[in-house]
Amino acid sequence: MAKQVRQLDRVVIRFAGDSGDGMQLTGDRFTSETAQLGNDISTLPNFPAEIRAPAGTLPGVSSFQVHFADTDILTPGDAPNVLVAMNPAALKANVGDLPRGADIIVNTDEFTKRNLTKVGYAANPLEDGSLDGYSLHPVALTAMTIGALADHDVSKKDAERAKNMFALGLLSWMYSRPYDSTLRFLERKFAARPELVAANIAAFKAGWNFGETTEDFGVRYEVKPAKMSPGTYRNITGNQALSLGLVAAGVRSGLPVFLGAYPITPASDILHELSKHKRFGVTTMQAEDEIAAIGAALGASYGGSLGITTTSGPGVALKGETISLAVALELPLVIIDVQRAGPSTGLPTKTEQADLNMALFGRHGEAPVAVVAPRSPSDCFFAALEAARIALTYRTPVILLSDNYVANGSEPWLLPEVDSLPDLRVEFATEPNGEDGKTFLPYLRDPVTMARPWAIPGTPGLEHRIGGLEKADKTGDISYDPANHDFMVRTRAARIEGIPVPDIEVEDPDGDARTLVLGWGSTYGPIGAACRALRQRGLPIAQAHLRHLSPMPANLGEVLKGYDRVVIPEMNLGQLAHVIRARFLVDAIPYNQVSGLPFTAAKLESMLEEVVKNG
Amino acid sequence: MAEPVAVKLTQKDFKSDQEVRWCPGCGDYAILAAVQSFMPELKIPRERTVFVSGIGCSSRFPYYMNTYGMHSIHGRAPAIATGLSVSRPDLSVWVVTGDGDALSIGGNHLIHALRRNVNLKILLFNNRIYGLTKGQYSPTSEIGKITKSTPVGSADSPFNPLSLALGAEATFVARTLDSDRKHLQSVLRAAAEHNGSAFVEIYQNCNIFNDGAFETLKDPATRDEYLIRLEHGQPITFGADGQRCVVHPPGGFGLEVRDTASVDPADIVVHDATVSEPAYAFALSRLPGLDLRNTPIGVFRKVDRPSYDELVVSQVETAKAKATGTPEDQLAGLLTTGDTWTIL
Ligand SMILES: Cc1ncc(C[n+]2csc(CCOP(=O)(O)OP(=O)(O)O)c2C)c(N)n1
Ligand code: SF4
Ligand SMILES: [Mg+2]
Repeated sequence: MAKQVRQLDRVVIRFAGDSGDGMQLTGDRFTSETAQLGNDISTLPNFPAEIRAPAGTLPGVSSFQVHFADTDILTPGDAPNVLVAMNPAALKANVGDLPRGADIIVNTDEFTKRNLTKVGYAANPLEDGSLDGYSLHPVALTAMTIGALADHDVSKKDAERAKNMFALGLLSWMYSRPYDSTLRFLERKFAARPELVAANIAAFKAGWNFGETTEDFGVRYEVKPAKMSPGTYRNITGNQALSLGLVAAGVRSGLPVFLGAYPITPASDILHELSKHKRFGVTTMQAEDEIAAIGAALGASYGGSLGITTTSGPGVALKGETISLAVALELPLVIIDVQRAGPSTGLPTKTEQADLNMALFGRHGEAPVAVVAPRSPSDCFFAALEAARIALTYRTPVILLSDNYVANGSEPWLLPEVDSLPDLRVEFATEPNGEDGKTFLPYLRDPVTMARPWAIPGTPGLEHRIGGLEKADKTGDISYDPANHDFMVRTRAARIEGIPVPDIEVEDPDGDARTLVLGWGSTYGPIGAACRALRQRGLPIAQAHLRHLSPMPANLGEVLKGYDRVVIPEMNLGQLAHVIRARFLVDAIPYNQVSGLPFTAAKLESMLEEVVKNG
Repeated sequence: MAEPVAVKLTQKDFKSDQEVRWCPGCGDYAILAAVQSFMPELKIPRERTVFVSGIGCSSRFPYYMNTYGMHSIHGRAPAIATGLSVSRPDLSVWVVTGDGDALSIGGNHLIHALRRNVNLKILLFNNRIYGLTKGQYSPTSEIGKITKSTPVGSADSPFNPLSLALGAEATFVARTLDSDRKHLQSVLRAAAEHNGSAFVEIYQNCNIFNDGAFETLKDPATRDEYLIRLEHGQPITFGADGQRCVVHPPGGFGLEVRDTASVDPADIVVHDATVSEPAYAFALSRLPGLDLRNTPIGVFRKVDRPSYDELVVSQVETAKAKATGTPEDQLAGLLTTGDTWTIL
């Protein structure tokens, strides 16, 4: 029977299962196939903090959501149209997010009495009518996978583990995905064990064929490619993009890169990634703690490398004293904070934007630094380059505030031409700069950038001592003079304030909005999607998004004053709103969510609708 | 390691223009003078020498050396110096630290620098007190010590810095005295020649807050009885006429001091700093009593192990050697790795 093919403009699928079920990989592969087809995509993984929480339990559920469309999209989607639930726990943990009518594909083999009891289902939800409002597809995924692999030379356990490929095959069929890249991927992944390549490919094909033949799946869907700018794309997560940005900063500056890091979720992947790129002159050091990590990075900067340290909030707290030292030393240093939900260990695999205060103010003494934040996964690449540019040009620590949402989310990235990336070359001091032509003044500033000379050890004639004690202007000698300290404190503040950063742009297509939504960092996608939705409904709204949080764009005050109302949504309790109110005396309206999850566009849309309509 | 070159330098060349601000009579002066007059011997140009310190009286040291230098933050010098040394193998990097700086707040960095065998020469000025903060007890102060923060005596047992360094897999461990310039310089020489971390404990007198802490090791009336001067390849005997010696009693775990007259000369331990088993140097480090009787000075241990710097640098260099094309081309290649697609 020829199946009906239906066109859709966008679909949100969530793959959910036990942490051992390989859902991240399944989602990743589906995303890759979808990217090949040319849809716009946005993804969101969601995994537990435990590596393997007890099997079949609610805390052990791991999921991966992918949103793909024939137009450009900004978020991984609020509510899935399709849920793949590999066990009762995955169903229970996710069904609440589904709109009525959504497709649910369940692995019936896991719906045993024992597994149901484990998650508190008194009756089998597949049978008790509780899922009547949905389009339920019961599939004996495990049994069919094992059946399909009966002739394969693999253990029962390995056969069972291939069930995620069966699920992937089925979904790939349902959404007419090209699957060549998955076959190639399996060949690479199991290169050492050809029997597993064969088994996984067979499981995938069995899933595909099952879709084609079974009566249960009457319709097949298509989502046409999105109109995207010409060029070469790849799908990329924020952490990958950030790592590549740091490598690019090394290439574009011509400097060796030194990364000091101590493992911490969700930042460790940057350490893993950079440790693979030694051929670019990248040295990575897994230090004994976060303090040593930043210390080593600062030592490398002192020696003429681009010093970088990567961590999450708890690590930034430990690095505070060294950041202040770097402020006093006026050396380049990039500090990457992939934020997670705190305080303390908090929700280490969930997202939050609550380290803004710490980045701006969390040090002893007057210790201003530059702060930048990427707005999307691919933007992490450019934000990393921008952080390096500021650090190198202005000889200052720069904090980059990423977060779990952008770090692990992914989207298609139009690859830039290497030549178009900023030129980050720097000049080290080589000659004495004193008026007598003989003296070296390590704190004599460049009149334009206010940066002091970067005189690296090994340079004859420029031997000098630096340190955390207050320094006399120009000479850098220890100085306890009150007027000098006052001058130096103000100078350090002024040199950060004086860093030129691009003006903030406002998106207000019709130019008639009276309400401005101001965001920063990873909320760009949901805010943007909410604004689009409002405009489509004829409600005017303006959006502006901050990439530079310190210093702020010079036109920001003017922009804010141009609107009747300014709303600031943040995944914290109003940290940017606080700064904006204090700095610009604007009665900004904070809107806050600190659940560990990103905003949904729908939630922002209804909140903003209220503000626009009722003022 | 910084390669020596033919430059003619003198002690004066290593004096910076900064006024030295330790208390008059402080042992740090003697160490500074000894280091400044020793440096020319290394024939390393001043610009390739870097002193990195933490915080404390001792950590003011870099300001007085006319080399590159960084006075950093409390306890972190080994970490900062590690980043510098690994990224700049052409430099000769020295760390100056105190007993509080190295063993209290910075204990973690010290042990990890030692286990990695980073190419650092670490000079620990041990005055058994917190000098800069005006006289609290330190991790090397004796139990029961009365200080400002322990008016009825400290309840903390001290660290033995050398035992600690040996436990941390140090490849070079030595001890010397601030007041014995010749000995101090001989130890510095051995440390400078060592590939990897060289850990040197320098007993230093703080005449303000812990005066005379090492007096028995310096007073001509007692020093011969108290000090054991270790010399590689020589039987370990001491006392004015060599009347005391060190033996390894059969069945025991450690070393013991005996009257030379009472033992078979063949049983006297011949010092060998290159013994690969750290237990020997450890046993030496345990000889002194609470009153500092039987304190060995000199090089306890000096063994070969590749430095962290060499290993890290060679990984990077090997990867670079394999790469082809300009860095820009390689970057373009890196950006396009994985599954890509093209829209026309
Ligand atoms: C983070 C921090 N904590 C505390 C201090 C205060 N402090 C400065 S030096 C010092 C102790 C120094 O003792 P030691 O390392 O033995 O050096 P000494 O002065 O004896 O040479 C302390 C506690 C500091 N500077 N920084
Ligand atoms: S307090 Fe002690 S250690 Fe510090 S300078 Fe004075 S004498 Fe030296
Ligand atoms: Mg001390």
